[in-house]
Amino acid sequence: MKFTWFNLMPWPHLPDDFREKHRSVWVDIDSRLFDAEKSHEVYNTYMDLLEYAGTLGFDGIGVNEHHQNGYGIMPSPNIIAAGLARRTKDVALVVLGNSIALYNPPVRVAEEFAMLDCISGGRLVAGFPVGTSMDTNYCYGQIPALTREKYQEAHDLIIKAWREPDPFAWNGRYSKLRHVNIWPRPVQKPNPPIHIPGGGSVETYDFCIDNTYSYSYLSFSGYIRGKALLQGYWDRLAQRNAADSSPYRAGFAQTICVADTDAEAERLYAKHVSYFYNRCLHVYPGFADAPGYRTIKTIQTGALSQYAPPIDGYSSLTWKDLTEGGHVIAGSPETVRQRMEEMIKGLRVGNVFCLMHIGDMPREKAMYSTKLFAEKVMPKLRNVFPECDGDDRFWCKPMKGQVSAGRLPSDADAVRLARA
Amino acid sequence: MELRTIQTHRVPVRYYEGGSGAPLVFLHGAGGILPGEPILHKLAAKYHVYAPLLPGYGDSQETPALRDMLDFTLHSLDVVAALGVQDPILVGHSMGGMIAAEMAALAPNDFSRLALIASAGLWLEAHPIPDLFAMLPYEMPPYLFHDVEMGTKLMTAGVALNDPEWLKAFLVMNARQMGTAGKILFPIPERGLAERLYRISAKTLLIWGASDKLIPPAYGEAFKKAIKGAQLTIIPKAGHLVTLEQPDELVSALGTLS
Repeated sequence: MKFTWFNLMPWPHLPDDFREKHRSVWVDIDSRLFDAEKSHEVYNTYMDLLEYAGTLGFDGIGVNEHHQNGYGIMPSPNIIAAGLARRTKDVALVVLGNSIALYNPPVRVAEEFAMLDCISGGRLVAGFPVGTSMDTNYCYGQIPALTREKYQEAHDLIIKAWREPDPFAWNGRYSKLRHVNIWPRPVQKPNPPIHIPGGGSVETYDFCIDNTYSYSYLSFSGYIRGKALLQGYWDRLAQRNAADSSPYRAGFAQTICVADTDAEAERLYAKHVSYFYNRCLHVYPGFADAPGYRTIKTIQTGALSQYAPPIDGYSSLTWKDLTEGGHVIAGSPETVRQRMEEMIKGLRVGNVFCLMHIGDMPREKAMYSTKLFAEKVMPKLRNVFPECDGDDRFWCKPMKGQVSAGRLPSDADAVRLARA
Repeated sequence: MELRTIQTHRVPVRYYEGGSGAPLVFLHGAGGILPGEPILHKLAAKYHVYAPLLPGYGDSQETPALRDMLDFTLHSLDVVAALGVQDPILVGHSMGGMIAAEMAALAPNDFSRLALIASAGLWLEAHPIPDLFAMLPYEMPPYLFHDVEMGTKLMTAGVALNDPEWLKAFLVMNARQMGTAGKILFPIPERGLAERLYRISAKTLLIWGASDKLIPPAYGEAFKKAIKGAQLTIIPKAGHLVTLEQPDELVSALGTLS
């Protein structure tokens, strides 16, 4: 099993009446709700938490990309990952990922991911999402019906830029480059492992199968609702006669809160979970799914955007609803272990993205929950799929002999060495 | 009106044909052509009307080969050529106006009469066009109609949001039609037309609903300034869908072109 501690980086200061006074947490969120001076502490705390998780035995620490978004103040995950690369060791940097249709030219992603892989000593796990409609279409202006074609071309260009040792010409529809020859090149050969976050498109299932990429479903609605979508993926693998059905071909994001007892979990975390589900997911439905973004084939399978709100909205969901419905796995270490096992086996996922800082949760609660999970839950979940332990196709392969930050000699030694 | 199919270079094209008189080609807006569209019937009383559907509209086949403004313009010129009509009166509504203006600018010798109705294609900083792609259907009537109550009734007739099959069919239709429209209208309905309008030599009539809240009449003024000799007719008690609200006034205004 691979556990990644993931932080969406929500803005923790949305007002109590956010839903009533504002139409959307995303795209046209009121800029006056952002406070740059407060963000200084928020960013540094979030990076501290990611680094903290990196010391507790998690396999990875994870970041992602959103734009103009009150629950994800991380338009550039690469900046955060670069900061994390310096103060962590061994743990994978899971950048899930860069919305590659948005970078112009897309070799920028090949370059930045290569830099991250070099700085971290081969610890990068690279994600290539198509990006949500909110980010890709409404914030970044990509034409919905052309987004997938542009994404595909960007992908092909990035892979070739990583793998081709000699300069080459790229005569694409969306990028024309006479001399592609990126410097630096990634440590991991031929390229870092690739995960593709998807939302149920058949095309994305096939893309992962064709390229041996790991498919991940980054949902907030939990494993009970995630079941149908991931089952679609496993069915597709079977239908396509894929060589294997290793659980590492799939990943799932799950909100998790651990405390001493079930009652304590509710007492400590209910408020922050409610902040996330009621305020942070308050997306204006007009931004959920630009026409043309989702293919006809996907609409016909009935996969609607997860941002299309449930009929009654999330606000009517209580702690009981959210935990029983599986949106959130919460409780004592034993409760969480049981439900995690049910989730991991039920979905058959080898990669779990653990959402453990939730909404406006203060750092000490996030630390408490994270430490309990790392010490009392994670070790008991390590051997769910012993038959697939050797499958390292979807994880990073760090180089031997990594250096750490802060290795300069003393001033006196520097003078001595310089003059020698 | 008869619904027919004609082959073009890229894709078979569905088109409505009917009436008799001088040939008139009508290019629809982003909403497509409704069954029994009143404007086509009224036009057919005076003209031989051809109303082609863009790929993806109605039951017509989509094509990924249409991506940008030039593709749409050349495709529409191909359609006119395939229909075999010489120098038709070229009429376009909203998105169709944008395409018609491009056609008349690209091939000025092919069109001597042009009518642009509430046409898209320009962008005025002082009058930003509302984002139709970020609107829910129930939010649209105030932007589209002068008589909002009537418009709301029209747009909600047959809507069954709680029926999953209806919803799926609606989402597919919307993705096909607005997905196609988005290629030239998203995220800003402007693709450089202003720099090409000087090439139009057709006698040009601009028709706007006085209450158009989507592409307000200021755009009519801007087209008038940019196209030599263009006339602007403002129709009272009509919004962006002047074709639905005042079809008789519209047909009568078009009479000044022939």
